[in-house]
Amino acid sequence: MQIVDIHYLEGFLTPNNINCVVSQLPKFDIHKKGDIMNTSVNIGGITFNNPVTTASGTFGSGIEYSDYVDLSKLGAVTTKGVASFPWGGNPTPRVIETPSGMLNAIGLQNPGVDVFIARDIPFLRKFDTKIIVNVVGKTIEDYCEVVDKLAECDVDMLEINISCPNVKEGGIAFGQDAKQVHYITSEIKKRAKQPIIMKLSPNVTDVTEMARAAEAGGADGISLINTLTGMKIDIHKRTYALGNKTGGLSGPAIRPIAVRMVDLVASVVKLPIIGMGGIASAEDALEFIMAGATMVAVGTANFNNPSATMDVVEGIKEYMSNYGISDIKELIGCVR
Amino acid sequence: MAAVKDSIKILENIALTDDVFSMWLDASTIAKKAIPGQFVNLFSKDHSMMLPRPISICEIDKLGGRIRLVFRVVGKGTKEFSLLKRGDSIEVMGPLGNGFSIEGKKALIIGGGIGIPPLLQLSKDFAGEKHIVLGYRDTTFMEEDFRAYGNVYISTEDGSRGVKGNVVNAIEENNLDADIIYACGPTPMLKGLQQYAKEHNIKAQLSLEERMACGVGACLGCVCKSRSVDDHSMVNNKRVCKEGPVFYGDEVEL
Ligand SMILES: Cc1cc2nc3c(=O)[nH]c(=O)nc-3n(C[C@H](O)[C@H](O)[C@H](O)COP(=O)(O)OP(=O)(O)OC[C@H]3O[C@@H](n4cnc5c(N)ncnc54)[C@H](O)[C@@H]3O)c2cc1C
Ligand SMILES: Cc1cc2nc3c(=O)[nH]c(=O)nc-3n(C[C@H](O)[C@H](O)[C@H](O)COP(=O)(O)O)c2cc1C
Ligand code: FES
Repeated sequence: MQIVDIHYLEGFLTPNNINCVVSQLPKFDIHKKGDIMNTSVNIGGITFNNPVTTASGTFGSGIEYSDYVDLSKLGAVTTKGVASFPWGGNPTPRVIETPSGMLNAIGLQNPGVDVFIARDIPFLRKFDTKIIVNVVGKTIEDYCEVVDKLAECDVDMLEINISCPNVKEGGIAFGQDAKQVHYITSEIKKRAKQPIIMKLSPNVTDVTEMARAAEAGGADGISLINTLTGMKIDIHKRTYALGNKTGGLSGPAIRPIAVRMVDLVASVVKLPIIGMGGIASAEDALEFIMAGATMVAVGTANFNNPSATMDVVEGIKEYMSNYGISDIKELIGCVR
Repeated sequence: MAAVKDSIKILENIALTDDVFSMWLDASTIAKKAIPGQFVNLFSKDHSMMLPRPISICEIDKLGGRIRLVFRVVGKGTKEFSLLKRGDSIEVMGPLGNGFSIEGKKALIIGGGIGIPPLLQLSKDFAGEKHIVLGYRDTTFMEEDFRAYGNVYISTEDGSRGVKGNVVNAIEENNLDADIIYACGPTPMLKGLQQYAKEHNIKAQLSLEERMACGVGACLGCVCKSRSVDDHSMVNNKRVCKEGPVFYGDEVEL
């Protein structure tokens, strides 16, 4: 394929003559910069304007960053995890910088689903973007209560965070046991009115086992990766740096691990994937897409660059333009 | 979409002591909006340091479109900022947080260590009677800046200047009273002043510090404990970067 820049044709090309002009240049794969390019993707029957969303917990409910980001430019906003009632979260310090990343132990503080429904959904609906609600719980009943309440709400998709400890089963995360992944997925799928995405934890021996369990349970998609468990010691205070002792590692430091996990999972399940873990630029996002992600989420990078999400959207378009890609779907899983 | 992270020109960056630096920035947009007690996020040029460094606004020159920051070198980020020269630029986001609200007729303005700089613009803007108490470990700085705006009292832990001890010792020794306390400094000092204000039935506005990631209220990293249920979080937590950094003494648990 040869790529030609026909930027100089701008103004000359119109919807009526474009086919004619293009047909007169049959030797080339013609692509007009910034136009005739399809960045939309589909997961669970929902069409997203572009493949970029926010990683849950790094973007609040969109309100906080809306001074910095035009939310309508994002494919979707993925909210902070919501539970059936307000959660207080962990003691401080809750965040610590690490090389090319950070550890967090927020402890899933959230105002509860009722306030979320009354306050955050109406706000997000003002924008031309899709709403993905991240759901958390300590028991299956907790998750189901949130899913039931959201069933009646104007949201587009649910992302089920199964990295929380299952208090009934002795605190082992739901996402660390394939049987439980299957069970929780099928229970939620029975009730949910929106497509459900199961968000997998990387803190397992074999992530493909969990992905298969989610697929068998009826999930509409999979998102990964959540944070990797880590720790930092404050040597001056001779204590744990985080109030919770352990925290979740995120940011570019975990990117190669995340890309590999997306590639692994994409090769064993048919479900669409939302890939994340250290995405800070379009180049990073494209790695995930080529490894098999249909959508990508930007998390920790928002803290370093509040317009990171928009930069990723623009950068992907630029890449497509430069390489003459007319539809982003051509790139999904293209390395395999 | 009103706000951005901006690359901003440094007009001056000078050392006040071995490790405390004073930086003037050519930041008209921030200067226009800012009030005393707010802060900005500074970003390292090295993006492997992903988190912004929150630094309080020390002085606001609205006419000249400038802001002043005073910071202590404690780690890699502040070290980098200390090496910047006039004409260099730095990425800045702000103003962030709520800032002080000016109230009362007679103020006690109390700063401890690197909590002193954020009180300078407040000292300028507060129109009533004011007593300014500055607490240091040993080396003093910015004393002269404050003398222009009120009576200044000094305490040092080693007794090398002013009252030996802490700011509360300086307040008691000088029999200072007020109808409003403004304070910024280390948590033990703020805790002492919270108690002092309660005992003397004086309102207190305290500027807190906590580890931050986003600085805009999104990540819930920077919370402090609030006495009552906060109507954003719906739990007894308030975000230092958003509802704060300035809280009333009776609002928070320290
Ligand atoms: C609202 C607010 C206002 C502040 N105002 C000032 C000011 O006016 N002048 C000043 O000198 N300092 C101020 N600080 C403290 C300042 O943010 C830290 O000293 C600075 O971030 C240290 O960065 P570093 O890279 O040099 O240190 P490192 O220890 O290398 O930093 C590592 C990480 O820890 C964070 N961190 C380290 N110390 C602190 C701290 N005390 N508070 C919060 N985060 C910290 C850093 O931001 C970074 O993410 C303020 C803090 C807050 C929360
Ligand atoms: C401060 C913070 C809070 C987070 N909160 C949540 C959450 O509530 N639910 C969830 O599923 N993941 C949460 N995550 C994980 C992110 O959504 C994401 O999976 C992970 O950080 C990897 O992406 P990143 O490297 O781009 O940040 C959180 C991450 C961070 C840094
Ligand atoms: S630093 Fe993110 S909420 Fe305050």
